[in-house]
Amino acid sequence: MSVVVRTITRVVLPVALAFGGYVIMHGHLTPGGGFQGGAVTASIVALLVVVLGGERLKGAKGWLSVLEDVGAIAFVALAFLGIGATFFRNILAGSGGLFGAPVPTGPNPGNLNTAGTLPLMNWAVGLKVIAGLGSVVILLSLFGREDG
Amino acid sequence: MVHAPILAIAVPLLGAFAAPLLAKLDKRARDAWVLAAGLAVAVFGIAVAVKVLGTGTPWVYTLGAPSPGAAVTQGGFPIRIVLVVDALGAFMGIVAILAGAVGLLYGLHYLREEEGKTLGLSLLLLLWAGILGLVYTGDLFNFFVFLEITSIAACALIGYRVWESRPPEAAFKTMTMYTLGGLLVLVAVGLLYGEHGALNIAYLSKLITGSAVERLALGLLLGGLLMKAGAVPAHMWAPDAYGEAPAMATVVLVANTQASIYAIMRVVFTLFGGALARPGIGWLIASLGTVTVIVAVLMALIQRHLGRLIAYGAVSQIGYMLLAVGVAAVARGGFGEVALRGGIFHMINDAASVGLLFLVAGAIRRAVGSVDLMGLGGLGRSLRWESGFFLLGALALAGIPPLNGFASKFLIYESAFRASPILSAIAVLASILLLAVVVRAFHGTFLGPEPKEAPPSPKGMLVAMGVLALLILVLGLFPGFFLGRLVGPAAKALLAGRAAYLAAVLGG
Repeated sequence: MSVVVRTITRVVLPVALAFGGYVIMHGHLTPGGGFQGGAVTASIVALLVVVLGGERLKGAKGWLSVLEDVGAIAFVALAFLGIGATFFRNILAGSGGLFGAPVPTGPNPGNLNTAGTLPLMNWAVGLKVIAGLGSVVILLSLFGREDG
Repeated sequence: MVHAPILAIAVPLLGAFAAPLLAKLDKRARDAWVLAAGLAVAVFGIAVAVKVLGTGTPWVYTLGAPSPGAAVTQGGFPIRIVLVVDALGAFMGIVAILAGAVGLLYGLHYLREEEGKTLGLSLLLLLWAGILGLVYTGDLFNFFVFLEITSIAACALIGYRVWESRPPEAAFKTMTMYTLGGLLVLVAVGLLYGEHGALNIAYLSKLITGSAVERLALGLLLGGLLMKAGAVPAHMWAPDAYGEAPAMATVVLVANTQASIYAIMRVVFTLFGGALARPGIGWLIASLGTVTVIVAVLMALIQRHLGRLIAYGAVSQIGYMLLAVGVAAVARGGFGEVALRGGIFHMINDAASVGLLFLVAGAIRRAVGSVDLMGLGGLGRSLRWESGFFLLGALALAGIPPLNGFASKFLIYESAFRASPILSAIAVLASILLLAVVVRAFHGTFLGPEPKEAPPSPKGMLVAMGVLALLILVLGLFPGFFLGRLVGPAAKALLAGRAAYLAAVLGG
């Protein structure tokens, strides 16, 4: 691929990664969340396909499918955390630990360290979407070739 | 067991996601895991049914609440997602568990490792979870989500044999119809949410007064669900899907289609059972059902692909169920309840008989490699068990006494006659034609002048078929027991039990 595309990809890649991570991480505070952030991050895979060609990313398919499974299992497992009360019960909210800070009332910029299991679930969904969309993009780039 | 309703949905989900990971380690570990998940689902689903039918009140389970029963917040507004299992939901759960368990058992022996067995089993569990969610949920948006889960899993299963030309085409056709139907349902959910700001079925049902927006939502819901059920103007995906999907998936696809019929019942009798309980809706559904019955049977007569032939038979059975739902919506009580009992009973009968036929067709395909009726014949000697099972399933499908199809069809004829003799006459005629269809299929496959050799099916597949065959006999010989214990309460829960359903969720 041309120098222009390579250079721009090198610049855009960390920005896209950071933005995707931001959208996933702030899912419980701002618009967006696991799916949207995952889709943003998966666009990196699309960029890599353009730059490197699908052939060189073929090996990543196996890893991505494992990652996708892990994301899905993590989501269900997080829902199972609350089974002491009910399925999906948010037991981390307000517990004081990770993401367990109490939510402040009144106008405020939003506290990242709140919402309990929700941010963790966003990460699980994000992981699944990154892996899922990533493998879709790689597979699409491989279609139509003789060695498929 | 407090969590049984949600565990029946969550366990197959977990099973589906973990199966591919386990398969990377060891294939036997995956099989054991899938079997364990299936067993757990069966235990939870039956526990739900036993409790709901035992106490006679719907089981409400609130997700994410401090306790499972806390469905409403202060002020009586249900903010969380609820699962509401009444007698009908419990009955549908049993049908789904039956189909899923048989499909799983069959699939473990039917699928070949090199063709993607892991994916097939994983998708089957996903479809199972979707159907159970569909019949247990008490939240309209949740309902749409489960509808989509079943659609995606079903279409992936239909296209399982990607190396052939027809399955991907069938999967694409089905995906188009399912997506269109799903969109209609989504728009309807959006309209109701915009009108009332709520998604809980019980709460919405209380608020519905019959405004123009609500009528539009009812029309869209019915349209989408009829598409998914495969009623006649939108039936063209069904023969392709059933005919091309691997046999173990087809059994669960039949249960999936029945879940759409369940959804139509829930919409007509519970969600819109108050202000919009008009007989006109019933006439519409009943006439669509009658058209479905006759068109599907006529199409079945001319098929030469065994899978498609049975598939058209399956579509015609959907027509009988729609006819029953329609007649019940015309009368609501009296002979309407009889119709509903017939329709509900027909679901489990249909799952057993059509499911058995599809499993036999799958076994033939596995043994001979083709299901073209022009090339088959003379298999009765080498595939003895299969031919017996096929005959049993075929006669049950055609409604020959004393098999199970007769009991439920008779209830439907009887009640449809009270609504309109013409509907009943067409239904009886279609049943006679169906007998001609299945006799021709049996003759073309198993009889013939020259006996043919075929390798026997694995034991596990025979056991799976045997379970359904046994069920056909038991249901046919003791219909009174099942009608009284399972089907009667389910029909009551829809008509007279609407108030109990609302009260169980909203209190008071």
